[in-house]
Amino acid sequence: MNPQKEKAKTSTPRKKKKIQFSKFYPDFLIERDWDRCIKCKICIRECTYEAHGWDQKRETLTEDHSKCVGCHRCEAMCPTGAITIRKHPSAFREHDTWKPWFIKNVYKQADTGGVLLAATGCAVPFRNYWDHLVLDACQVTNPPIDPLREPMELRTYLGPKPDKLEVVPEDGRFQLQTRIGPWIKLEVPIMFAAMSYGAISLHVHQGLARAAKELGTLYNTGEGGLHASLYEYGSNTIVQCASGRFGLHVDYLNAGVAIEIKIGQGAKPGIGGHLPGEKVTEEISKTRMIPVGSDAISPAPHHDIYSIEDLRGLIYALKEATEYKKLVFVKIAAVHNAPAIASGIVRAGADVVVLDGLRGGTGAAPTMFRDYVGIPIELALAAVDERLRQEGIRNQASLVVSGGIRCSADVVKAIALGADAVYIGTPALIAVGCTMCGRCFTGKCPWGIATNNPELIKRLDPETAFEKIYNLVHGWAHEIQELLGAMGLNSIESLRGNRDKLRAVGLNEVELRILGVKHAGE
Amino acid sequence: MEILIPNKEQSGCGLSGVINRKGELIKGEVIIESICCQMERGNGLGAGYAAYGIYPEFADYYCLHVMADNKQALKEVEEILAHKCYLVHQERIPTRATPGISSPPRFRRYFVKPRYEGEIREICEGTADEDDYMVDLVMLINKNVAGAYVISSGRNMGAFKGVGFPDQIANFFRLEEYSAYIWTAHNRFPTNTPGWWGGAHPFTILDWSIVHNGEISSYGTNRRYLEMFGYHCTLLTDTEVVAYLLDLLIRRHGLPIELACMALAPPFWQEIDRMEEPEKSVCTAIRAVYGAAMLNGPFAILFAYNGGLVGLNDRVKLRPLVAAKKGDFYYMASEEAAIRAICPDPEEVWCPKAGEPVIVELEPDTIPNQRSYLRGEGVQVSAPICRFPTAVEEDEEED
Ligand code: SF4
Ligand code: SF4
Repeated sequence: MNPQKEKAKTSTPRKKKKIQFSKFYPDFLIERDWDRCIKCKICIRECTYEAHGWDQKRETLTEDHSKCVGCHRCEAMCPTGAITIRKHPSAFREHDTWKPWFIKNVYKQADTGGVLLAATGCAVPFRNYWDHLVLDACQVTNPPIDPLREPMELRTYLGPKPDKLEVVPEDGRFQLQTRIGPWIKLEVPIMFAAMSYGAISLHVHQGLARAAKELGTLYNTGEGGLHASLYEYGSNTIVQCASGRFGLHVDYLNAGVAIEIKIGQGAKPGIGGHLPGEKVTEEISKTRMIPVGSDAISPAPHHDIYSIEDLRGLIYALKEATEYKKLVFVKIAAVHNAPAIASGIVRAGADVVVLDGLRGGTGAAPTMFRDYVGIPIELALAAVDERLRQEGIRNQASLVVSGGIRCSADVVKAIALGADAVYIGTPALIAVGCTMCGRCFTGKCPWGIATNNPELIKRLDPETAFEKIYNLVHGWAHEIQELLGAMGLNSIESLRGNRDKLRAVGLNEVELRILGVKHAGE
Repeated sequence: MEILIPNKEQSGCGLSGVINRKGELIKGEVIIESICCQMERGNGLGAGYAAYGIYPEFADYYCLHVMADNKQALKEVEEILAHKCYLVHQERIPTRATPGISSPPRFRRYFVKPRYEGEIREICEGTADEDDYMVDLVMLINKNVAGAYVISSGRNMGAFKGVGFPDQIANFFRLEEYSAYIWTAHNRFPTNTPGWWGGAHPFTILDWSIVHNGEISSYGTNRRYLEMFGYHCTLLTDTEVVAYLLDLLIRRHGLPIELACMALAPPFWQEIDRMEEPEKSVCTAIRAVYGAAMLNGPFAILFAYNGGLVGLNDRVKLRPLVAAKKGDFYYMASEEAAIRAICPDPEEVWCPKAGEPVIVELEPDTIPNQRSYLRGEGVQVSAPICRFPTAVEEDEEED
């Protein structure tokens, strides 16, 4: 049976209400402390899932635990601190194979006949390699450097670098002979990953754009086009060209400093994107150039890229359209064969290769894809960097990684493994209040982030979004400087690919070989 | 399974170097006296010397100084050489029994020219490609022959090094019997590697020789960068990367020596941002393209080649380096005392600034196969530097 065509059994209207097993076992428990509650009803207004209700007769609050998604909005907003959201204590009989997660998923699918949907990134506890890598520091033989007293440089140039430079002395000064650039200057090697306007609110986009500008880095439009109000941040913008080609026109391509061709994304390698029609409001429709309320479906492949030579065709079409002034990024999901694919992408003419790992976030992905397709970014990065070096083409493109970077130490480790810079998405959203409830695809984000509902987006104003995101990266940048200084380095390029600065704890020999690091103690 | 990631050693050290710009030969005693004045900077676990102009009778041949643990290793080296080179002369490097030096390895020197096979023979013989050929040959021996290392491979120069204090090593190699127009010397204080003769300085490739005081924290980055260009770091020390970087940047990429020094110890972005064009674009390009060649960490190095001696400090000057001049003699050392020990009344003494190279080249056409890498004439690169353009006599600039 073709699940795309066959209708699920429940969708044929029947008189008798069918039993919904999935509703019986809520994930969360809403606990209200009745001594504290003043019945102000704020929680009712704040909850976009209607988990809180009002019983007119009894003049009291009610709660429907099965509707709670664990976003903690009510808990945060309750003026008296009366609410606690807890994991629901009701337990199934313990079973190591049939964990509640699987049981509940079976109920859900039995109820709906649909595909399991999820957001955020891979939730399966595969080994997190960042947590098995530790960093070095100087002692005695080599003085640590204090970033508060000495310059500590994070500036990074993205773009292809020639193998060598040629200069000629002219009138007693050296003149460059080699043609260089265009390059993109990043003052901090942390960029904001593609999150489309539509998937997240305009306010978040405005916050990201401003933060990128103030920090001297870039943000990425995602595939949702570029809202008119954001053209002024062009020099800090990467515009994305994904398979749906939404909102794509020549002014858009020329609006930023780089164009990213999105082949795939770590949260859902091999499939396209889907912005539900509910999220397509008037503004979004203008920006994406699609009718209001229509689903925005990006196909799995680019229908003009069926091979690496086609990719080359698109890269150069974009370069022609922008007169070779913009860098072209090509983003792929980290999959088994990433090193060979990355090598092909570099040879196809990409200026920057972006690898998005298994744990990369999303606003909506089939759960099976989110959790089980793709490989961890740490391994993909190590393998790709090594492969490009072996082929002698590492300098022909920059390498940017994303997917599962949670703190500044992760950034440092990624750069030590060989990345030029990283993208962060989820941390930027958490910085503006996201609680990782994982229900972005409903369009009801109670924190006003992953929504376009005009009422909800008011919950997060652009100014706050900017400040929070700016602060986060500012803090990370300072930590990176401290870590560099402790390693005796005063410039980020001396960390790049410097795997000597890493040691592994608790990894096996295959993992060590792939990562190219020694075990601690060696 | 073995994961091959060479461990680098860490050390603190003393340096000394001297050059005569007219190519006048300087006796071995001079440099010995200077380095021995800095005895406290070493711990007896390594010392070494590089001497230029010591084999005038074979000046056109590459001289391979080979160190071997046993006869078998030497035999293997000789087989490779017989296959790949024309050999005009070979001999034991004269040594003498020295108190405090026990069970030294064997040392032999071979004077060779590359032997090209087949068709490329006519094309390559006698060209600059010979240098590449020799680099490959040295890499081949160092990588593949267990127990044997080529410790120097330039024309008309040689490195002498081993485990011991500098006076012991000098005595062991009978250095007072040599005279050279450039000498460099090193006294080593390794902190985490056991004394190994191959681990002593100088490190060389072709006629580049490096003596180094410091630790290169960027070693991992530099090593992997060099691997992309076919250099393999086999001597388990970070100084080796300096030799290969110089060879790559200056000889193979043809960067002027001023800019190569800038790549190794570049100015900070905040300085670059204040520069005028064209310096600004040159510096930006150097940093962006040669970022992986930057030597990060505390260091003072002296490096020499057939034609010049260069002193360079790290970009924040975390290790000492002093320079001095008297007539045609130029001195560079970790401590002023080491200079005054052999030149009590220098005309000038100065401390080069962080990242500011002191480049002293011989006058033009002083020696056979002379190399000159200075390109700019009195150019201010990043900071004021002392250098001697080959075209303009005594046109000196310093801070
Ligand atoms: S927000 Fe808090 S105090 Fe107000 S009704 Fe809800 S639980 Fe009670
Ligand atoms: S963005 Fe909103 S809906 Fe998505 S996980 Fe965060 S809080 Fe939940």
